Amino acid sequence: MIVAERKPFAEIAQAVAGYRRVLVVGCGTCVAVCLAGGEKEAGILAAQLDLAGQLAGRDQRFATACVERQCDREFLAELDAAAREHDALLSLACGAGVQFLAERHPTLPVLAGLNTTFIGVNQDVGVWDERCRACSDCLLSLTGGVCPVTMCPKGMVNGPCGGAVDGHCETDPERDCAWTVIHARLADSGRLANLEALVPPRDHSRANLPGRQTHAAYLRRYSSHD
Amino acid sequence: MDARYEPKILALICTYCTYTAADMAGSLRLQYPPNVRVVKLLCTGKVDVLHLLAAFKAGADAVMVSGCEIGDCHFLEGNLRAKERVAHAKQLLAEIGLEPERLEMFHIGASDAPQWAKAVEMMTRRARVLGPSPLRKSEAAATPAEGVAA
Repeated sequence: MIVAERKPFAEIAQAVAGYRRVLVVGCGTCVAVCLAGGEKEAGILAAQLDLAGQLAGRDQRFATACVERQCDREFLAELDAAAREHDALLSLACGAGVQFLAERHPTLPVLAGLNTTFIGVNQDVGVWDERCRACSDCLLSLTGGVCPVTMCPKGMVNGPCGGAVDGHCETDPERDCAWTVIHARLADSGRLANLEALVPPRDHSRANLPGRQTHAAYLRRYSSHD
Repeated sequence: MDARYEPKILALICTYCTYTAADMAGSLRLQYPPNVRVVKLLCTGKVDVLHLLAAFKAGADAVMVSGCEIGDCHFLEGNLRAKERVAHAKQLLAEIGLEPERLEMFHIGASDAPQWAKAVEMMTRRARVLGPSPLRKSEAAATPAEGVAA
């Protein structure tokens, strides 16, 4: 799941200060689950902005809407009519959702209400941990289900750096060395031979090109459009 | 401070404990400020952050939420949830620059009528010190409240 957190209120309030009618748009999938940008959070933020606007003596109106996902056109279409009645849209989606909403309304200011933080897991009520860096070259089958790209601060993919002390990372003694954990996990599951595999240097071509993928079942449909 | 200022206080209270205490306060003819408007809920677990913000938007000078004593909730943990939501709403109020002291959580048992009277007195005193909410729309909203107990 994509995890995000709300930007500081002062930053959001400053971003919307110049607009009279603002639509706060929640996103009902990942950011709703991590309690940052769902229907409820959109309502709370709109109420807060409304009160702050009144306190500052500004004539502002904040309305709310929430779509299932802001990263899908079919859901964004639901907002078209409402968007036209506002001076700005304040999106509570992840970075992808904000951009897709802005792409759909190129003449409207689309503002971001969240900071997208990571792809992670739900550890407990209200606690999320990062687990994936979306590197597009997954090593988890080799590394016992522990991601060295995410969990090792140096992103070492062919074994530890040698700086670990008693199984803890040299950058932070509170932190487990990812490769110590990987070794233990592989030993527990009888797969230590995996450590002999050599992982080739990473393909960094994505660094300067946003990713795109097409599902195999739809290849013909989209290639015929080219 | 405006001498005519009469704080308008909203109390969201649970029917099983605090409302019973407030009812008893009336029966006992306990005196407390008539500035409080009571909304009876089945449980303070029903109270949402949005309700609390809406109360301030509507011009309340202070808001009190009062549920059962800790461990005594008729629905086990409704009052604990209310307590956390009130704490969250206080943070939200502080963010927009409204005094978080205008909002408070209380836990008052069904038999504790004097405690209810004290809580209302305390919140009324606090609202007087803080002055009218800057979100009050007009003086018409500042007319004295009708008390629930004589």
